[in-house]
Amino acid sequence: MLDRLKAGGPAIARQGILVAFIVFMIAFTIMSDRFMTADNLMSVFRQSAIIGVMALGVTIVVIGGNLDLSVGSMLSFATVLVVDLHDKIGPELAIPVMFLATLCLGAVNGFLVGILRLNSLIVTLGMLSVIQGLVLIYSGGQNVDIVDQQGTWFALFGRGAIFGIATPIVMFGLMALVFHVIMTTMPFGRRVYAVGGNPTASVFSGIPRSRVVFTTYLISALCVGVAAVMLGSRVMGSQNNVGQGYELQVLAAVILGGTSLLGGAGSVLRTVLGVLMLAFIQNGLILMGQPYYTQWLVTWAVIIVAVWLDVAAKRGRLLSPIA
Amino acid sequence: MTDMIERPAREPALRLEGIVKTFPGVRALDGVDFEVMPGEVHALLGENGAGKSTLMKVLAGMYQPDGGTIVIAGREVRMATPLEAKRQGIVLIHQELSLVPEMSAAENIYLGELPRKSFGRVDWKTLYARSDAILERLRCSFRGDATVAHLSIANQQMVEIARALTVDARVVVFDEPTASLTDAEKVVLFDIINDLKAQGVGIVYISHRMDEIFTLSDRITVLRDGQYRGTLDTAATNEDEVTRLMIGRSLDLSRDTTPARLGDTVLEVRDLTCAPHFEDVAFSVRAGEVVGFYGLVGAGRTAIAEALFGLRSCESGMIRVAGKEVTIDSPEQAIALGISLVPENRKEQGLVLQMSCRDNMTLPQVQDLTAGPFVSSGAEIAIFDQYRDRLAIKTPSWRQPVGVLSGGNQQKIVIGKWLSMQPRVLIVDEPTRGIDVGSKSEIHGLLRELAAQGYAVIVISSEMPEVLRVSDRIVAMYHGRITREFSADEVTEDALVQAISGIGVELVS
Repeated sequence: MLDRLKAGGPAIARQGILVAFIVFMIAFTIMSDRFMTADNLMSVFRQSAIIGVMALGVTIVVIGGNLDLSVGSMLSFATVLVVDLHDKIGPELAIPVMFLATLCLGAVNGFLVGILRLNSLIVTLGMLSVIQGLVLIYSGGQNVDIVDQQGTWFALFGRGAIFGIATPIVMFGLMALVFHVIMTTMPFGRRVYAVGGNPTASVFSGIPRSRVVFTTYLISALCVGVAAVMLGSRVMGSQNNVGQGYELQVLAAVILGGTSLLGGAGSVLRTVLGVLMLAFIQNGLILMGQPYYTQWLVTWAVIIVAVWLDVAAKRGRLLSPIA
Repeated sequence: MTDMIERPAREPALRLEGIVKTFPGVRALDGVDFEVMPGEVHALLGENGAGKSTLMKVLAGMYQPDGGTIVIAGREVRMATPLEAKRQGIVLIHQELSLVPEMSAAENIYLGELPRKSFGRVDWKTLYARSDAILERLRCSFRGDATVAHLSIANQQMVEIARALTVDARVVVFDEPTASLTDAEKVVLFDIINDLKAQGVGIVYISHRMDEIFTLSDRITVLRDGQYRGTLDTAATNEDEVTRLMIGRSLDLSRDTTPARLGDTVLEVRDLTCAPHFEDVAFSVRAGEVVGFYGLVGAGRTAIAEALFGLRSCESGMIRVAGKEVTIDSPEQAIALGISLVPENRKEQGLVLQMSCRDNMTLPQVQDLTAGPFVSSGAEIAIFDQYRDRLAIKTPSWRQPVGVLSGGNQQKIVIGKWLSMQPRVLIVDEPTRGIDVGSKSEIHGLLRELAAQGYAVIVISSEMPEVLRVSDRIVAMYHGRITREFSADEVTEDALVQAISGIGVELVS
C-alpha cells in the first residue's frame, strides 16, 4: 500500500476528490432509485447554489492565505436586511443598500486582516459573533417577512428561472465562470496566489499585499450579498440566524475542492466540485432516510480522509514522522 | 598535496579517509581526508560550496558517503542516522539554532531524553540539577529554568553547546559559531572551546574568519571545490598560505580589470538615517559600476537596501535617483523609480516556491503584461525565454514550480525577475549565498557584465572574495555607519577587515 501510494499515488490522490465524487454518485444511484432523476439533480443544484456562491468568495480568501468564518452570520445579516428593507423602501433600493452594508462588513474584515495583519481565524471568528449580534440588535430578535410574496419581481432570484433554468443555478454558474477567469487569467488572480503562497516574497515583488487581502474580503462579502438575495427571495422572509452553520458548510466545500488552507494553491472550479459533492452526499443520505446528523458525520469523515490522502500524496507516504 | 606535518602518535578521535559524496550533477566531496585528535582544535576552511557543510553532514550521519571510511577511536563505523552519530559521541553545533524557544533552557538541553520518575512524570528536580551543573561548567550566567526565547543569541548558543555536553562528546563541530556573536560573547565562546579542548574533546571549527582560526586552532585543513587541499600546522603557516590553498591562487583575485565606463550618477544617498539600523549614510552609485557593500551581519547593509526599496522608512536624509530627489515609501514606488532588489533570502523573500518559473519571473510586472484585462501568456513566455537564455537557467519548462530547481537556478530566476524590469539600479543582497561554485562564478561574471552594459549595481556580500572580485568600489560598514570607501585599486584585505571591525572608526565618523 505504501509503495503503491509512493509510485502511482500522487496522481490518483490529486484526483481523489473526483474519484470519491464518482464513487458516491454510483453508490447513491444504486441505493436509491429517486437519486439519479432530473428533478432530484436539479433540486440539488438549486439548493447548493447559495452555499456555492459563498464558497466561491471564501475560496479566493483562502487562496490568499486567510480564512473567512464570518460568512455565516454575514448571510443572516444580509438576508434580514434585504428582506426587511424590501417592504420599507422597495427591492430596487433594498438590494443596493444591503450590498453596501455587507461590503462594509467585508471591509472591516479586510481592514483587520489585510491592513492591521491580525490573524484571520481570530478576526473572522470574532466577526461571526459580532455580526450575529448586529443582526439581533437590528431586528430586535424578530424574524422578518415580505408581505406581498406573489407580486414582487424580487421573487426572480430565488424562485424564478432564466431560459428554463432556476435563477440560483444560473447565477452560481456565471459567477463560478467569472471568478475562474479572474483567478486564472487576470493580474489580480496571480497576485492573490502569490500573496497566499508567500506573503513576504510578494511584498518584495512590489505587490500591495494589504490591498490584495483587503480585496479578497470584499469579494467574499459580495458573494454573501448575492447569496442573501437568492436566499431571501426563495424564503420571502428570514429568521435572524438563518445563516448559522453556513460557514462550516462553505469551508467544507472549499476544503473538499482541494484548496490549501495554507494559501497559494487551489481553484475556483474545484470548489464547485466540492460544493456539488457536499450537496450530493447530503441529498443522497436524506433520500436513504438518514437523519441530518448523519450528514455531518459522513461529510466531515469524507473531508478528513480527503485531507489525509492529499497530505500523504505530498509526503509520498501515509504516515510520516516529520511534516 | 598531502599532510604537511607528521601525524601525532596518539590515536585520532576521528578520522575520515577518502570520503566521496556525489549529488546529481555535482561531486560535492571528492576523496576528502580529515582527522581530529583528542584535545585538538582542527579548523576546516574553504569557500562557500567547497564542501565543508557536506563533509560535516556526512560526519553527523545526515548524509551517507558514496565512498571512503569513517574511523572513530580506531574502529571503522557506519553512521546511518544522526542519532547513531550522537551515540558515537559526535555532536554538531549548527549555524542556525535548533531550539524550542518557548521552553526552558533545561528542557532544551535534555530535549527528547528528559529524566523521568514513576508513571512517566518528568523529574524536574534532577533535570534542573543536571542542567545547572552543565551550564555552570560553561560558566553561563543564567540557569536551567530560564526561557530560551528570553536569552540573547549568544546564550542560546550556549544552550546548544550545553546540549552537546549531555552526551559524552568525543568530537564537537562548531559551524560558523561566531556569525551572530558580539566580541565579548566571542571571548566566552573561545574560553569554552579551550575548556573542552583541555578535557580531551576533539574540536572541529568551521569559520571564514582568519583571525579566529589563527587564534584558536592547532591545525587547519583546507577544502576547495570538494577536494582535499592539505592540512597545515597553524603555528607554522600564515594567512597567505592558507588563502592560496583555499582559493587556488594568491590574493590576486582575478578581477575583471577592464576599466568601467562610468556614466552619470544614478543613485545618490545623503545623511540617510534609520536608527538603530544605520545612521548618516552617504554614498553614490554611477551607471556602469558595481559598488560592493561589505561588513559583518547586522552592520546595516541589508537595512540600507530595504530602505532604498521602500521596505523601511527613514527618519532623515535624502535619496536622489537620476538627479531627482525622491521619497520611497513602498516597493511599488521603488520599482517605478527603476530600483530593483534581489533579496538576501531567496526562498523567503525572493520566490513563491509553488508557483511556476515563469509566474515568478513576471510577478512584479504581471499587471502590465496584459492584453485587455487578461494576462498575456505570450508576453510572459517571451520574457521568460529571453532571460532563461540570457542567464542560462536550467529548467525543463516554464511550468516547473520554482521550488524544485537548484539553488543556483532559483537565484537566476530572481535575478531574471528583476533584470526584466529594466532597472536603473540593481541591488543584489548576498548574490551567491548557498550556491554551488559553478553558478557562483557565473553570477559574478553576470554582475560585471551588467555593469558593463550600463546598469548601476550594488552588491551586498559577507564574503570578502566576492566583494573583491565584483566591485569597482567597496563601501565598508560597521555598526550602522560607513567607515571607509575603497576603490578597487587601493583596497587591501587588511584595510577592509579593519574597516568592518570598527578599528579606527572614531577617526572617520
